Amino acid sequence: MPAVKGAGWMLDKLMMSLQFPFVQYALIVGVLIALCSALLGVTLVLKRFSFIGDGLSHVAFGAMAIAAVLNLSNELLLVLPVTVVCAVLLLRTGKNTKIKGDAAIAMISVGALAIGYLIMNLFSTSTNLTGDVCSTLVGSVSILTLTPAEVWLCVILSIAVMVIFVLFYNKIFAVTFDESFAKATGTKTDAYNLLIAVIIAVIIVLAMNLVGSLLISALIIFPALSAMRVFKSFKAVTICSAVLSVICALTGLMISILAETPVGSTIVAADIVAFAVFWIAGSIMNRA
Amino acid sequence: MALLTCKNLKLGYETGVVIDDLSFTVNNGDYLCIVGENGSGKTTLMKTLLGLHSPISGSVATGDGLRHDQIGYLPQQTVVQRDFPATVWEIVLSGCQNRCGMRPFYNKEEKRLAMKNIVRMGLGELTKRCYRELSGGQQQRVLLARALCATQQLILLDEPVSGLDPKVTADMYSLIDDINKRDGITVIMISHDMNAAVEYASHILHIGDRIFFGTTAEYIRSGIGFAGGKGGGMDA
Repeated sequence: MPAVKGAGWMLDKLMMSLQFPFVQYALIVGVLIALCSALLGVTLVLKRFSFIGDGLSHVAFGAMAIAAVLNLSNELLLVLPVTVVCAVLLLRTGKNTKIKGDAAIAMISVGALAIGYLIMNLFSTSTNLTGDVCSTLVGSVSILTLTPAEVWLCVILSIAVMVIFVLFYNKIFAVTFDESFAKATGTKTDAYNLLIAVIIAVIIVLAMNLVGSLLISALIIFPALSAMRVFKSFKAVTICSAVLSVICALTGLMISILAETPVGSTIVAADIVAFAVFWIAGSIMNRA
Repeated sequence: MALLTCKNLKLGYETGVVIDDLSFTVNNGDYLCIVGENGSGKTTLMKTLLGLHSPISGSVATGDGLRHDQIGYLPQQTVVQRDFPATVWEIVLSGCQNRCGMRPFYNKEEKRLAMKNIVRMGLGELTKRCYRELSGGQQQRVLLARALCATQQLILLDEPVSGLDPKVTADMYSLIDDINKRDGITVIMISHDMNAAVEYASHILHIGDRIFFGTTAEYIRSGIGFAGGKGGGMDA
């Protein structure tokens, strides 16, 4: 019975892998990042900021290249502030009419990517430059080389993001649904937009370890879009998006361990499959 | 003391002045219609009253115990809202946000208020329904219920009937009239519909080349809106 034997082998391999601390770290970090990015993803998709993830991740890539060249021991110290500043600037441009939001994102996005690669090329001492760039972009190995300190940092930041999201849930809803009404009735919309920008920057920097900077947008938008196909209230969409994202991240991680596929792209593939399923379910429900 | 007093308002953007030297007062219980051609600055004026836009010069003062964040507002619908996944309940409840301050969650009293306004707008059956699945008239009533949650005194409506069919438009007008007469809430409404403005409003503010402010009877006598303004006033 090869099927049963295959299942047994898979379980054995999975159990064995789970013994290793680096696999445990990857699972913890993966679940937390997936959860956080999905929570904020709903707001970003609805506010028409889907592409901000893409733009910011390229900024983070550029900052990381500079950090690598400067030989900083902790890259996050440079990458995080730079990304936060860019997030604030990008969300600001939504109102500024001189450069429209999408153009500003495209500009910063490719600009940072080009500068980052240029700097790495000019100054890097590494012997395997292409490999370095590739792993930063699609995050092939970094999640499996996390140190305990990085895991702790990720856990603390993720919990902070979740607590803030729950505490400000009603205000985030009000600002997302109707910014001018919220502002007119005394909600400090600028402050909350700033808060959203800072949180999203933190999530993106964290998520670079998981899926690399090219694929982060997928973590942010796919669960939200899937949930919106089926659910009709903001609360249900947010919860479904978070749960779905965690399930996809776990599935993707397991498959990548078993089949030895790249972690980031496997997780995104799982998200795409889930989106297809929800799309079909949504169409059936709407027709019924 | 008047509810709202505007003195020598000068409004505009970097590109130029839209309204110059506008003064008017709104008293408790008034029903004021703001009419005028497209581009005459009606929405800009409303945004100034709400504190979303600052005037170049002049002042907007509130009185009668009206706090600036306690003005109900029914904005024109945005693209974002048209496919927004939220229930009627979630949207109306968000009108209570100005009562919360820094408190993160809504309390029982706010939930009761939201429910009361949902029923008041005849949306009781639709509480759990998704906003994007409602008809245009129902969506406007949801936003009106939300605006009522935010205020007890003054409500500002920016073209509440645009895009609605005649039957729903008439229903909407009588609902607004009811809010004004029965609940005693002061109404300020931007309108393109000159006939409805004259029928329902107690005061008219006409902005454009000529500025007029006064009661509806005075407005009809002046003949401003009907002589030159009719063509411009009836466009979509």
